[in-house]
Amino acid sequence: MNNFSYVRADDVDSALRLGAQPGAAFIAGGTNLVDLIKGGIEQPRMLVDITRITALGQIQESAQGGVRIGALAPNSDLAVHPVIASRYPLLSQALLSGASAQLRNMATVGGNLLQRTRCYYFYDAGFARCNKRQPGSGCAAREGYNRIHAVLGGSEQCIAVNPSDMCVALAALDAVVEVRSLRGTHRMPLTEFHRLPGDTPQRDANLGAGELITAVDLPASRYARHSYYLKLRDRASYAFALVSVAVGLELDGEHITAAGVALGGVAPKPWRLVEFEKALQGRRLAELDLSALAAAALGSAETLPYNQFKPELARRAIVRAVRVAAGLEEA
Amino acid sequence: MNTDEHDPKDAALSRRRFLQAAAGAAAAGAVLPQSLQAQTAGPSAMPGSPETPDVTPVSLTLEVNGVRHDLQVEPRVTLLDALRDRLQLTGTKKGCDRGQCGACTVLVNGRRINSCLSLAIMHQSDQITTVEGLAQADGSLHPLQQAFLAQDAFQCGYCTPGQLCSAAGLLEERRRLGAAAPALDDAAIAESMSGNLCRCGAYPHIVAAIRIVAQGAPAGTGAGTRGDGA
Repeated sequence: MNNFSYVRADDVDSALRLGAQPGAAFIAGGTNLVDLIKGGIEQPRMLVDITRITALGQIQESAQGGVRIGALAPNSDLAVHPVIASRYPLLSQALLSGASAQLRNMATVGGNLLQRTRCYYFYDAGFARCNKRQPGSGCAAREGYNRIHAVLGGSEQCIAVNPSDMCVALAALDAVVEVRSLRGTHRMPLTEFHRLPGDTPQRDANLGAGELITAVDLPASRYARHSYYLKLRDRASYAFALVSVAVGLELDGEHITAAGVALGGVAPKPWRLVEFEKALQGRRLAELDLSALAAAALGSAETLPYNQFKPELARRAIVRAVRVAAGLEEA
Repeated sequence: MNTDEHDPKDAALSRRRFLQAAAGAAAAGAVLPQSLQAQTAGPSAMPGSPETPDVTPVSLTLEVNGVRHDLQVEPRVTLLDALRDRLQLTGTKKGCDRGQCGACTVLVNGRRINSCLSLAIMHQSDQITTVEGLAQADGSLHPLQQAFLAQDAFQCGYCTPGQLCSAAGLLEERRRLGAAAPALDDAAIAESMSGNLCRCGAYPHIVAAIRIVAQGAPAGTGAGTRGDGA
């Protein structure tokens, strides 16, 4: 663990000024950052503690009928917040499927958005080759044990997956991320927040140095009655997803009037299934061949020796999650 | 249970080394005694800036189990290490030291957290409760401690302080939710306690102990409870 200095920010403006200094990193829950510092993977020179900025911890209904979630809202509080639990149960379910009760008490929404991959070769600095940790050094996972790795959206340089459950639900729910810097405030859809690795796998997200996530906005809820987060993993709890599926459906009788569907555990970012959603819209569930549609959604999947099970697992998971969300199967 | 308190320091360190080696922790820094790390880090009189980080120990007041402690810690010191190495509150255990086992669970303002992943310096003015603070001042045990004893909910005992604090956090979460708290069957207890690993596999007895306290269920019913009525 490298040593670092520590400073506490009292408000967003002072946090931005402090965070703009070279080598500075924001810290909130610390569940990922402290772990990465211990492993020598992150080596900040100064930590800017933002946890006392109370304005960033609020969860408020917005004028547009949606919800504004402050970046410091703990994952645990968010999951059981009455508005989230009643109108965005997909998000509650995804949050409660992640990590442990202790970690959810610590982890914040902003930190969860920036959670780094759990690729074994990234996480263990003993491996020399990791393009995400050390650009240009190679990828140990491609020829290594790549069971947890990406089948969609990876590159020659990196096949690490985004480990977040929360982000998969947020992708399906059309969430928008608000980011502030000394230059001002800007917003982007959650689906554009995380990056595909391409030739720059060291950059997980479209977040510049010194930029601070301040909120996540959810539009008015359409999927309160019909949603489901299905998470498949090696043990029943406290494990990262091998495959997860977030499904939100808006139904008018038997017709699907809107759908939000995203995959986790299979790609470097939450993987929104746009074409699959379009295929569902305006149709009756009974007339759809969900299995064929799900297979098409995974048509571009590329597997490696140890993750060949993922496309088929994902295909079946999509079908099941849609059927559960629609009320055709028991959870 | 808190045999660490009576161990010679070297013996405690060698056990730590063994546990970390067994867990596959390879980082050399992780097994350095904190006193040595502090020496090698060295004091700095430079003002804090990213180029020359000011790692001089800073003043901190921790309120632990109702007692205020003034101490000087480097910014990098975790709450876990501050509790164990500085305040000699060795009931809180250092298992994986990476947020994977839950042995270090403590309560901060009533909420359970992993103290190994939390910096001590971030807990100024927080109210911290460790396993040493669960019992009453007169020594009478917390209902969870009584239930753990009655249900034989541990074997080696290493995870027990974390299990107890985590279970206390679970009860507090349910108290705060009030009527909105979901039903707490054995599966829900296991799910809520999944952040606390027990290598001895005492899980059925741990679940039973928590169920008894949470629901007031009689001992000797359901899976995993002892048949001898102890």
